[in-house]
Amino acid sequence: MPIEVDGKTFETDEEGYLSNINDWVPGVATVMSKEDDLELTDEHWDIINYLREYYEEYQIAPAVRVLTKAVGKKFGKDKGNSKYLYGLFPYGPAKQACRYAGLPKPTGCV
Amino acid sequence: MSETIKNFLYLNRRAPYGTIYAWESLEVVLIGAAFDQDVSLAFVDDGVFQLTKGQDTAGVGMKNFSPTYAALGDYEVKKIYIEKESLEERGLSLDDLQHLTWEDEDDDYAEKDSIHLVTRAEMAAIMDGADVVFSF
Repeated sequence: MPIEVDGKTFETDEEGYLSNINDWVPGVATVMSKEDDLELTDEHWDIINYLREYYEEYQIAPAVRVLTKAVGKKFGKDKGNSKYLYGLFPYGPAKQACRYAGLPKPTGCV
Repeated sequence: MSETIKNFLYLNRRAPYGTIYAWESLEVVLIGAAFDQDVSLAFVDDGVFQLTKGQDTAGVGMKNFSPTYAALGDYEVKKIYIEKESLEERGLSLDDLQHLTWEDEDDDYAEKDSIHLVTRAEMAAIMDGADVVFSF
């Protein structure tokens, strides 16, 4: 179902992931999070922006385990655990955060 | 999950583009690495081209997935074997390939080389020593 951001329409696949990663603007994450009744904080944006950087560099969305380790290294050991990430993204850091970030569904994620 | 850790070897023999084998292999490796298994990758024959630097796929209409090999270290894939003879037969050397590393958390995140250059005879021994060989 396409989503609407600032009057512009963005195509998504049947699971709600953006069809074209290059279309992404921050408003996409804001609109998607509103649909999930989630308020995005700076901590959410740290993860979303990090995912986009990771994709830019490696052309894949990282697995949860890889993301968790990387977040711990970049933002502090207290944040490098699944409790912290699931606290931010209750539907799963990879699944939900990647979707907000406009990335495809992570490889191996069912 | 199985209690025994098996030694999986992913054997890559084909050029990166033109067929889907190289990308499929890489995807399986990334999925498989999420489970606690001992994973190694081997590149022989035209498979050595998969790791060459400066790939440009604009003309072939396939995604350039070569940057993804650099993520293997994050997935704790630390053993990547390249066959020396295969490189030489194609006029290549290690300098033509990406420099792949992994970070050792127990050694202050020191970057360590993942790539090991081995002879054909050594490669045969590596294949022989693997519990499971996936050939792509």
